[in-house]
Amino acid sequence: MSPLIVTRYTGVNCLGRGVDAWWAGLRARRSGLAACDFEDAVLDTFIGRVAGVEEVVLPGALAAFDCRNNRLAWLGLAQDGFSAAVLAARERYGPRRIAVIMGTSTSGVLSTERAYQHRDPGTGALPAGFRFAETQSTSSLAVFVRSALGLAGPAHVVSTACSSSAKVFASAARMIDAGFADAAVVGGADSLCLTTLYGFRSLELLSDAPCRPYDAERNGISIGEGVGFALLERAGAGAVLAGVGESCDAYHMSTPHPEGLGARLAMERALAAAGLAPAAVGYVNLHGTATRTNDVAEGRAVRDVFGPRTPASATKGAHGHLLGAAGITEAIVALAALERGFLPGTANTRALDVETACRVLIEGEPAAPRYVLSNSFGFGGNNCSVIFGRA
Amino acid sequence: MKAYIDGVGLLAPGFASWRAARPALAGEARYEPGEMPRPTAEILPPAERRRCGDLVKLALHVGTEALAPGGARAEDLATVFTCATGNGEVLHQICETLASATRDVSPTRFHNSVHNAAAGYWSIATGARAPSTSLCAHQGSFAAGLVEAAVQARAENRAVLLVAYDLPPPAPLAAVVPCALPCGLAMLLAPEEGAASLAAIELDLASAGPETTLADPALERLRTGNAAARGLPILAALASGRAAHATLEWLPDLWLGVSAAPHGPR
Repeated sequence: MSPLIVTRYTGVNCLGRGVDAWWAGLRARRSGLAACDFEDAVLDTFIGRVAGVEEVVLPGALAAFDCRNNRLAWLGLAQDGFSAAVLAARERYGPRRIAVIMGTSTSGVLSTERAYQHRDPGTGALPAGFRFAETQSTSSLAVFVRSALGLAGPAHVVSTACSSSAKVFASAARMIDAGFADAAVVGGADSLCLTTLYGFRSLELLSDAPCRPYDAERNGISIGEGVGFALLERAGAGAVLAGVGESCDAYHMSTPHPEGLGARLAMERALAAAGLAPAAVGYVNLHGTATRTNDVAEGRAVRDVFGPRTPASATKGAHGHLLGAAGITEAIVALAALERGFLPGTANTRALDVETACRVLIEGEPAAPRYVLSNSFGFGGNNCSVIFGRA
Repeated sequence: MKAYIDGVGLLAPGFASWRAARPALAGEARYEPGEMPRPTAEILPPAERRRCGDLVKLALHVGTEALAPGGARAEDLATVFTCATGNGEVLHQICETLASATRDVSPTRFHNSVHNAAAGYWSIATGARAPSTSLCAHQGSFAAGLVEAAVQARAENRAVLLVAYDLPPPAPLAAVVPCALPCGLAMLLAPEEGAASLAAIELDLASAGPETTLADPALERLRTGNAAARGLPILAALASGRAAHATLEWLPDLWLGVSAAPHGPR
């Protein structure tokens, strides 16, 4: 496939609005995680909540889409000149020639959770204002973003749990290559909800502290929320989407393969798609969830592919685990590392687990990688690795 | 862009399989809806079959059927799963639990709640480590899945299994979700013509609506009552053995044109 250029990217998470704000946090190894204060959840855990989502008001024409997830998306579209860049692309290609491919895991489920708290006591019916298609439906985010940007091309949502918004790069690249679009808005959003907070509690995967990826004392994840977008075009100024690798573990619904077999396949396939030798990659943004099982298995897979010296780090201690938005968020971290010449460290982590097989940077360091890779792995054993390169 | 349909799987009210559905879809026999036969999903190990729920069984059942004619090996295939409604039963159970005092979500239900649960069980059942994606485009989920599968078959020069599936959710979701009938529809897509090819299809975004409807009122109720059944006009062309063009709605202002050239009855 002919390479695509990432001509613009942006996002919002608990580190801040826009990539400069996140980058300041990542440079300083700051964590945006705080003790859980979401709705009425009573959980001994830390979360990465985005400030101000509650105050977002969608414009009248988009009001039907109102839910926490689409509010986050609306915040994201307003950062870093992203909407303006898409509107300029719309002028160049026409609205039907720009695809919108989004990733999310839980979409607007918070709206459904609230609707279930307000059922009719007699009939059990959901409240009259509940809108399934525009909020709960997994497709809502793509339809919302397409409407907000005035686009009219193909659109769908990829929902493969925590790899969702990494796989959007593969889906968009294939669609452009086949001639169904000339450009694509890719990205993803996931927002805090009781389903994931209490769901991960049931699996005993929530840390009681800000998560510490690859730390000897790590004990689970910190759930965050956020959004990220990228504009992909065949030409323009920006980093190159060099290759994407996708795989399945074929092992377990919620536990990664212990040797990181699926993770290794995803990285190897991304290298093959990019036509690169492992040594060409100068930084790996790890999935690094800070669960005991993920980090050991992923570290082995990274070592098996890249050897023990390639610098890697996990940034979930800074912004939390963004689930369906993790892929795009960490792709943007890798893009920023590539373009700004600095590899972020691993926030909150103090001492690496001795079982860590790959080289994890606790502190960030200046570097000028030619290529960077970002890993995202999800429930159902669904894996994706994305490689970006300097133009 | 072109692709080949090398296998079909179908389960719906009155349709126990693609083979059983062909006379009615061809207009040669009357369509008698009735109940949808229970999906067996024998491909799943017993322990997983107990845990996975009806929606996953439906997806795996039709996916398995689509592989049969050409003897494709499941472990080699990339997969595209597409579902409009998601798992209504699991959503209902989790939201009920979250509205209760304990909020004690079941861990199995939680991992079954992900949109790619069927893909995960498929991978575990078949040992497939090939790329797999899971999509949603509301009522256009079949069209989006068909394009994703066809472009992947082309880009990677490999066969891709498309599985579209939806089940009506329980009350109170049933009142707000546009899914009235159950249906699973799978297609094995190949980039090149092979011995098992049933039809060539050509996809385009140049078509304008309205979407193609089915003449039989009961079949049309099935087509409009389930997002996976939006693929039935393509199967009707295959069943009749006559070339046909079907227009599928992807989004309210975007249509997918599918020109199907069947190879005649086999």
